[in-house]
Amino acid sequence: MENVNAKYVSQKVSRTRWKPVSVSTLQQPDVFAAGSWDNEDNKISIWSIGSNGGSDMDDGFEGDPQLLCEHKHDGDVLDLQFLDQDRIVTASSTGAVSIYRHHQNSQTISLAQHWARAHRYPCDNAPCTGVVCSSPEIVTVGEDGRIIVFRADQEAVIRVIENADSSTIHAVTYLRTTEILTVNSIGQLKLWDFRQQSNSPSQILSLSGDRVPLHCVDRHPNQQHIVATGGQDGMLCVWDVRQSSAPFSLMEAHSAEMWEVHFHPTNPDHLFTCSEDGSLLHWETSSQSDMPSFLQGGRNTSMMSRSAMAPAGGNQSLVNAWLSGDSSKGRLETTHMLPSQTLSVNSLDVLGQFEGTSPVVGAGEVSREAAAEDSGRMQR
Amino acid sequence: MYGRTSASCSFYKNAQVATQYGNQVSILLAIELIWNLCEVLFIDAAPAGSLLLHLLDWVRLHKADVDEKAREVLQSESPAEHHDYWDVVVSYVLQGRLDEARHMLVKQATLQPAARKMYKLMDSLLSKMPFYNPGGTQTLTEFDVKWRHWHEEVDRCLQDSSFASNRHLEIICKILVGDEDTLLEHKELLSTWYHFLVTRLLFSQPTVKPTELHYYAQSCMTMFLDSRSVPEPLDNILLAAFEFDIHQVIKDCSIALNNWWFVAHLTDLLDHCKLLQSHNLHFGSNLREFLLLEYASGLFTHHSLWQLAVDYFDHCPEFGRVYLELQIERVPVDTERKALKVLRICEQRQMSEQVRSICKIMAMRGLRNNRLGSALSWSIRAKDAAFATLISERFLQDYCAKGTFSDLDLIDNLGPAMLLSDRLTFLGKYREFHKLYEEKRFREAAKLLLSLMTAKIAPRSFWMTLLTDALPLLEQKEVIFSADQTYELMFCLEELTSSLNSAPPSADRPMQEEDIELTKVELLRLALARNLAMAIVKEGTVET
Repeated sequence: MENVNAKYVSQKVSRTRWKPVSVSTLQQPDVFAAGSWDNEDNKISIWSIGSNGGSDMDDGFEGDPQLLCEHKHDGDVLDLQFLDQDRIVTASSTGAVSIYRHHQNSQTISLAQHWARAHRYPCDNAPCTGVVCSSPEIVTVGEDGRIIVFRADQEAVIRVIENADSSTIHAVTYLRTTEILTVNSIGQLKLWDFRQQSNSPSQILSLSGDRVPLHCVDRHPNQQHIVATGGQDGMLCVWDVRQSSAPFSLMEAHSAEMWEVHFHPTNPDHLFTCSEDGSLLHWETSSQSDMPSFLQGGRNTSMMSRSAMAPAGGNQSLVNAWLSGDSSKGRLETTHMLPSQTLSVNSLDVLGQFEGTSPVVGAGEVSREAAAEDSGRMQR
Repeated sequence: MYGRTSASCSFYKNAQVATQYGNQVSILLAIELIWNLCEVLFIDAAPAGSLLLHLLDWVRLHKADVDEKAREVLQSESPAEHHDYWDVVVSYVLQGRLDEARHMLVKQATLQPAARKMYKLMDSLLSKMPFYNPGGTQTLTEFDVKWRHWHEEVDRCLQDSSFASNRHLEIICKILVGDEDTLLEHKELLSTWYHFLVTRLLFSQPTVKPTELHYYAQSCMTMFLDSRSVPEPLDNILLAAFEFDIHQVIKDCSIALNNWWFVAHLTDLLDHCKLLQSHNLHFGSNLREFLLLEYASGLFTHHSLWQLAVDYFDHCPEFGRVYLELQIERVPVDTERKALKVLRICEQRQMSEQVRSICKIMAMRGLRNNRLGSALSWSIRAKDAAFATLISERFLQDYCAKGTFSDLDLIDNLGPAMLLSDRLTFLGKYREFHKLYEEKRFREAAKLLLSLMTAKIAPRSFWMTLLTDALPLLEQKEVIFSADQTYELMFCLEELTSSLNSAPPSADRPMQEEDIELTKVELLRLALARNLAMAIVKEGTVET
């Protein structure tokens, strides 16, 4: 709970995303975008937590987010992604997909590209629920069960998979450059290979029996077959898409819908989840599964083991760390990052370059947005 | 030309926004004023002695423009000659901030060495004024005696005209002695009747009891306001507070303020202090709950604040739940995510009726948009058997029309949810038959097909389709249906045809269709007979 900054923004925030930082610059992330939902006029906005953002000295203390600019957005912002340094893709409840450009010199936002009614029913709009991009390609999914592929700077739609799902697709992520993964409201993960022309998934994985709707999905940054999902029951599921059609491990996490799950991009022993129950969890697994048990569990020893592990990014033992998911043996620790609150934490994003991590939290329902910096915990 | 129009438009708009914000600010200030007074009078319930100290704090808090003026004066080149100098000194005295007043007076004294003695006298009068110390050992009577001594001393100074040569000091002296006419001459500085009230009490009745307050309040208001001007709503609210008439305060606030926020929260606070028990409403449960419900209902109609209202309803023990139940179904739901949030609120409170109705709305939406899979998922979540049946029918109709199933990802993974309705069970099982058939597990497929009819899972209207599905199985080289199973199939066919024959031949049915139907029956009979023969032969051979 160290270093939590909160700011009331008088709107309900549905998504927040850090602006990507180029690898070459030795710079901490300090700019993020936020999208609102369920307001009379919805907006996307750009915020800065850097000291250069706002010149006002009296207004707030250091690290307090400052509004850089905002732009009206038609419909709820259901998802938001940075396409590159200054372009943002949004998914709207009106079914539209838009690209906004953030002009850094003038600190303004303008609409760069707009696909109206990309997702739709025969005679109505269908909300676009998720977007993922790997510039210049953009993939969106929606309540209409369609998957649409766009290219930035190209007006025509590249590819549409009609009836990709009989229920709502809630989220999408890249597995590899040509493969995506979608989760739907009947507890299934579907793998789609864009190299194939067929309009059916290359693989379907599902939760056995319960058909618990899944709301979010994220892929392990180094090991692309490891995938984490979260759903309506607040359970964290880790899957190995190569091996099994059922989740490898299930972990009790939240008491209500899990809205987002993210691996730490450079330190994948860490994972973050947020939920409708108002909590933001930090998951930490000690990667040394082959370590003698007497060295595990203690706070200090786990710190030590991690520092020993850190340079060997994609080590085999990392696999076991998440796939075993054995919280009973003390290999997995969870920490609440926010003081208890009753309203939903809708979104989180984590961006880590070096030794620090900075999850952004959009606690939409309290009209609050908190940038929780957890650098103390993650150092070295 | 256009440019100017839009510029003046935006100016007009800005001015409008400014007025709007100005109004809001003044309402908030009034609310804070009332809130703080209620805190002093009702919640702190300070006894005589400390009561006045609290009231002084209250006035100082809401009449802070003195400090701004003082800063202006002190920052000028020669503060003592500033035109606001005496206003500041007098204002300090009026608020009982005597130390600050003395600091200011020192500046004047240094400029007038001739009048030094007079300034010194005033300084000593100001410094000697006793203030009640509630934490101290001094009793109220002791304080009262001490204060009277001081008061007499000030009065003496006034009588022997110690300050006659300095108009300003004489005014201060008159204020200190509590001279009402002098106080009323400074209406500009007092600006409100309640400031006048507190100042008057400070210099004439510092040990005022809560019960006496209303008398002074009433008289101060009458004295302060011109006979011409009518008291404003705020004046009446404050007066009611000074009279300790809680209900009048709440009532007047409800009428005067533009929202329920203030009264709801004030009443809640007072209720928690057990100050509202004596009062019963002739409707609803009690005043607190009534006002909270009003406020929460207002919140609920707001397009984005509706979620906050839920907490308020949760804290209304008697009618909160009923209100929530009535309102939650009316939240406009335009995305599934919002629907899920609404559902979560209902599920946490075991409001199964509302869960059903919201799921039904979503299912209807799916059906309307021809998203059968989605619609079915929602009706399964709602455990709505009737609706699941309806959607299953649609699936079966689609199958009959197209010959293929849609939404296989859903139907293949129904699991135990299949048992929700008979028709859904049939749909799931029938799809299972197709899967078995595709996998060439004919025996299992045949058994399943037969059981769908004999266990009466399949609707009668669908039997012909099932029997037709049996045809290719009957025509296989090896025997799939046993003799017993074939008898059962024959029985099913006869039952079906007899019921068809007994029905009166409808005139509007074209002959051709009837012909096809008849041929189908003939074909089936033939296939069944041949299969029966083969089965008997085969079973006979195995036995020997």
